[in-house]
Amino acid sequence: MSCSGRGQAAAIVGRRHAGEVALALVLAAVPLALPNAYAYDIAINALFSATVCVGLNLLIGYAGQISLGHAAFFGLGAYASGILTTRYGWPPLGALVVGAVGVGGLSWLVALPVLRLKGHFLAMATLGIGIIVSIVLNTESWLTGGSDGLMVGDFTLFGHTLTGDRGWYCVAAGLLLVTVWGSRNLISSPVGRALRALHGCEVAAEVAGINTARYKVMVFVLSAVLAAIVGSLFVHYAGMITPSKTGFMRSIELVTMVVFGGMASIHGAVIGAVILTVLPHLLTQFEDYETMILGAIMVGTMIFMPRGLLVTLAGWRWRGRAS
Amino acid sequence: MSSAFLQYLFSGLTIGSIYALAGLGFSIIYNASRVINFAQGEFIMIGAMATVSLTGLGLPLLAAAPLAVAATVLVGVAVAKFAITPARGASPVTLIIITIGISVFLRGAAQALWGKGFHVLPPFSGDAPFVVLGAVLLPQSLWVLGTTLVVIAGLGWFFGRTLHGKAMLATSCNPLAAQLVGIRVSGVVLGAFGLAALLGAVGGIVMAPITFTSADAGIMLGLKGFSAAVLGGLGNGAGAVLGGLIVGMAEAMSAGYLSSSYKEATAFAIILFVLLFMPQGLLGRAGTERV
Amino acid sequence: MKVRPPVVPAFTGPVFAFMLSVAGIAVGVVAFAADAQAQAIKIGSFLSVTGGASFLGDPEKKTLELEVEAINRQGGINGHKLDLVVYDDGGAADKAASFAKRLIESDQVDVLIGGSTTATTMAAIPLAEKAGIPFVSLAGAVVIVDPVKHWVFKTPHTDRLAAEKIFEDLRKRGLTKLGLISEDAGFGKSGHDQSLIVAKAFGIEIVADEVYSPRDPDTTAQLTKIRNTPGVAALFNFGFGQGPAVVTRNVRQLGITIPFYQSHGVASKEFIKLVGEAGEGIRLLGSALAVAEQLPAADPQRPVVLAFQRAYADAYQAEASTFAGYARDALYMVAEAAGRAGGADKAKVRDQLELTKGFIGTTGIFTMSPADHMGLSPASFHLIEIRNGNWKLMD
Repeated sequence: MSCSGRGQAAAIVGRRHAGEVALALVLAAVPLALPNAYAYDIAINALFSATVCVGLNLLIGYAGQISLGHAAFFGLGAYASGILTTRYGWPPLGALVVGAVGVGGLSWLVALPVLRLKGHFLAMATLGIGIIVSIVLNTESWLTGGSDGLMVGDFTLFGHTLTGDRGWYCVAAGLLLVTVWGSRNLISSPVGRALRALHGCEVAAEVAGINTARYKVMVFVLSAVLAAIVGSLFVHYAGMITPSKTGFMRSIELVTMVVFGGMASIHGAVIGAVILTVLPHLLTQFEDYETMILGAIMVGTMIFMPRGLLVTLAGWRWRGRAS
Repeated sequence: MSSAFLQYLFSGLTIGSIYALAGLGFSIIYNASRVINFAQGEFIMIGAMATVSLTGLGLPLLAAAPLAVAATVLVGVAVAKFAITPARGASPVTLIIITIGISVFLRGAAQALWGKGFHVLPPFSGDAPFVVLGAVLLPQSLWVLGTTLVVIAGLGWFFGRTLHGKAMLATSCNPLAAQLVGIRVSGVVLGAFGLAALLGAVGGIVMAPITFTSADAGIMLGLKGFSAAVLGGLGNGAGAVLGGLIVGMAEAMSAGYLSSSYKEATAFAIILFVLLFMPQGLLGRAGTERV
Repeated sequence: MKVRPPVVPAFTGPVFAFMLSVAGIAVGVVAFAADAQAQAIKIGSFLSVTGGASFLGDPEKKTLELEVEAINRQGGINGHKLDLVVYDDGGAADKAASFAKRLIESDQVDVLIGGSTTATTMAAIPLAEKAGIPFVSLAGAVVIVDPVKHWVFKTPHTDRLAAEKIFEDLRKRGLTKLGLISEDAGFGKSGHDQSLIVAKAFGIEIVADEVYSPRDPDTTAQLTKIRNTPGVAALFNFGFGQGPAVVTRNVRQLGITIPFYQSHGVASKEFIKLVGEAGEGIRLLGSALAVAEQLPAADPQRPVVLAFQRAYADAYQAEASTFAGYARDALYMVAEAAGRAGGADKAKVRDQLELTKGFIGTTGIFTMSPADHMGLSPASFHLIEIRNGNWKLMD
C-alpha cells in the first residue's frame, strides 16, 4: 500500500472500475433472460440482498467486525416506511429518510461504546438488538401488524408511482451500482486504507496514529443505514413486511452471503447474495435439506476457501496464468 | 413472600439452571480455544432429541440417557476435530461464522433425521407436584436443580483435582506456555468441546420432560446460555452459573410482574446492559481481551 | 499477524461477470422450468410444510397429493386431469408471496389452494386479486373473508366463530368470568382479538388476559397470575402447536381445576399424545372429522368424513387431522366448481365457487354467497371433550 506514481494510479483507477463496468453490463443484460414476473421477483430480491451485503461486507471484510443483527436494521427501515406511510400518511421518501436517520442514530449509539472494546462485543450487541427488535415488531401489533405482517402501498415520488417489475428492477439495479461504486471509492480513500490496516493488525494501525474505533463506528453506521434504506424500498416493492424478514436467521443468511462470496471483496458480496438468493428456488425439491446446506456452506467456505468463492476462483485463474 | 413470587422463583431457578449449564459450556470452550461456540444450544437439543428417539425404540431411560449423552459428546468432539481445528488461527469473525454454521447444520440434520414436530419425554419420577407455601414445585424441577448441582460439583473436582482439568486451565491461561510444558493444546480443544457437549446434553435431557423438545429448540436455549456467560463474565465458570440463574430469574419475574410478551427480550436486554456498562461481566477479569 | 494481500480487481472482474451471467441464466431457467400442460386443470398450492406451522401444512400437503391422485384415478373432472404443484413456504409470509407469484406467473396454475396460516394467506391475497385467479385459503382468521374479496374463499372455521361457540357453552354453564391465555402470534393473536370483540355479546367478562410466545418452554408465571385473579371461573387458551401443550401441562401442574377450554387449533391426536393425562377434561372445538365415529348415523357428514379418514389412514398410517380436512374440502369444492364451470376458466370457476350450495365437506356443510366466502355456520363446529385419551362428542 505504498505510494505509487501518477501514471500507475490512473491505471489502477481504470482497473479498479473494470468490475463496475462488468456489473453494469450484466445488470443491463439480465432482463433479456427474465421471462416473467416471477423471474423478475427473484432478480429484484437478489439485487436488494446484494446491496445490503455490499454494506455488510464493508464491516465484515474491511473493518473485521461482524453484525448479527443486520436484518433488524433492514427491518427497522422497512417498518419505519411501512408504518409512517400507511398509518400516518407520510410521503414514502420522507419515511425513508426518517427510517435511515433513525437507524443511523441507533447504530451509532450502540457502536460508540461497544466498538471501543476489542473482540466479539459488536457481534453480541447486534445479536441482542436484532432479537429485541424482532420481539418488539412481533408484539406491538397495534402498530406493526404483529406476526401477520404489515401491508404497505406503492412508492410514490412527486406524483409519480413506481410500479411494474421493470421499474423496480431498474431501481434495485441502480441502487446496487451506486452502492458498489461508492464502496469502491470509500475503500480506495484514506479511510479505506485505514480500515484495511486495522483489519490487518489493529495494534499496528493504532501505533501508526489511526483512530481505529472511529473508523469502525463509521463503517458500522454506514452499513446499518444502507440496510435501512434497502428495507424502506423493499417494503414498497413487496407490498408487505413480516417480522420473519427481520429475525436472527435472516441476519445469519446475510452474513453467509458475504462470507460465501468473499470477505473483503465487493463483488464477492454481490455474487454471494445472488447465488444464495437464487439457489433455494432451484432446490425446492430438496427443501428438507435446505437448512443443512446453508450450514454446510458456511462452515465449508470458512475452512476451505476462507476468502470466499469469487476471490478463490480468481486466485486459481491468476495462478494458472502465471505458471 | 407471596405464593406467586415463590412460584416465579421456582420456575426461574429451574429454567435458570439450564441456562447455567449452557453458559458453562460456552465458558469452557471459550477458555480452551477463544471460540464462542454458537452451536452450544444444538448440543442441548441433540441430547434431548436423542433420548426421546432412543426411548421411543423401547430402551429404558437409564440406558437411553447415557447413550444420548455419549452421542452428543461424539458430535461435540467431531465438531472440534473437523470444523474448529482446521480453522486454527483464523480471526474471531471467521470462528463465529463457523460455529454459527455448525449450529445451522446440526439443526438441519436434526430436522432431516427426526422431523420437525415436537417431542415429549415422560418425567423421571412422576408428575405429582409438591406444594410449598402455596406454590407448586414439580419433581422434575428437583431433578433439574439436583443434576445441575452435581454437574457443577463434578466440574469443580475436574478442574481442581485432575491432571486433565488442570491442563485445560493452564491452556486457557497461556496456550504457548502450556504447550511448552508438554500439554497437547489440540487435545485440550477436543476435550473442551466434548465436555461442553456433555453439559448441554445433560441439561437437555433433564429439561425435556418440563418443556417439549424439537429440532429447533436449541436456538433460543443457546442464545440464553450465551447471555448467561456474557453476564457472568465470558470464560468464568462461577460467573456463568450465576449469570444463568439471574437470566432465568429475570425472565420469570418479568413474565410475572411486567409483561409476558417481553419475557424473551429480558436476556438480550441484559446482554446490552452488560456490554454498555460492565463489559467484563459480573465476575470477569478486568481486561477484556489480551492482545 | 499476517496481512492479507490486496485483491487484484482486474482478475476478479471477468470471473465476476461470468458468474453473474450464470446466475442470471439460472433465474431464467427456474422460471421456464415448468411448462404448462394443455389439457389438465392446474392447481397450485403453497403450504407451511416445515417450520412452526408444519402440523398444518404437512397433513394439508399429504391430503392434496392423496386426493388429486384419487380424482385422477377416476378419470379427472369431465375428462380434465388435475395437475398439482406444491411449494413449502416454511411459514414465512414473504416466501408465500414469492411462491404465489411463481405459481401464477411461471407455473401458470388455474386455481390457488393454500396459505396454511393467516399471514401466508394475506401475503398472497393481493397477488391473487391482481392476477384474477380463484384462491381458496386454508387459514383461520376472519380478516381473510371479511371484508369479502372477489377472488378469495376459505374452508376453515373463522376464529370469531370459534370464540362465539366457546362463549355460548360458557354462558350455558353460567361461567361468566373468563381467564384468557393466548399465543402472542398469528392464530393465537387473531383469536385473542376476536375473543375480546365478541365477549360482550355473550355477557362474558375477561378478567385476566395473558400471552406467551410460540416457543415459550414455561407458562407457569402467566398461569399463576390468572389463578390469583379473583373470581376467575374458567380458562380459555387460544393458540396452536407446542404452546397449548405447555399451557395444558402447566395448568395441571399448578393444580388449576376450573373448567379449561382450548380452541380448534389443537384438534389433532398429536395434541392428546403430547399432553397425555394432563389433557383429561379439556373442552375444545373440532370438526366432524375428529369425532367421525361418534356422529349419529343420520348425519350427512358421516359418510364423507369416514371415507376420507380411511383413505388417509391407508395412505399414511396416521389419523387425518382437522387441518387435513381443510385441504380436502378446498380441493373438492374447487373440483366441483370446475366441473360445473366445464373447465379451468378462472372467472367461471370463481363464479361457481361462489354458487357452492350445500357442499358436504369434512369441516361442515358449506353454502357460499356473494356476502359470505366461507359459508359455514356455528353448527358446523362440534364441542368435544378429552376423555380417556380420546375425543368425546358433547353436542
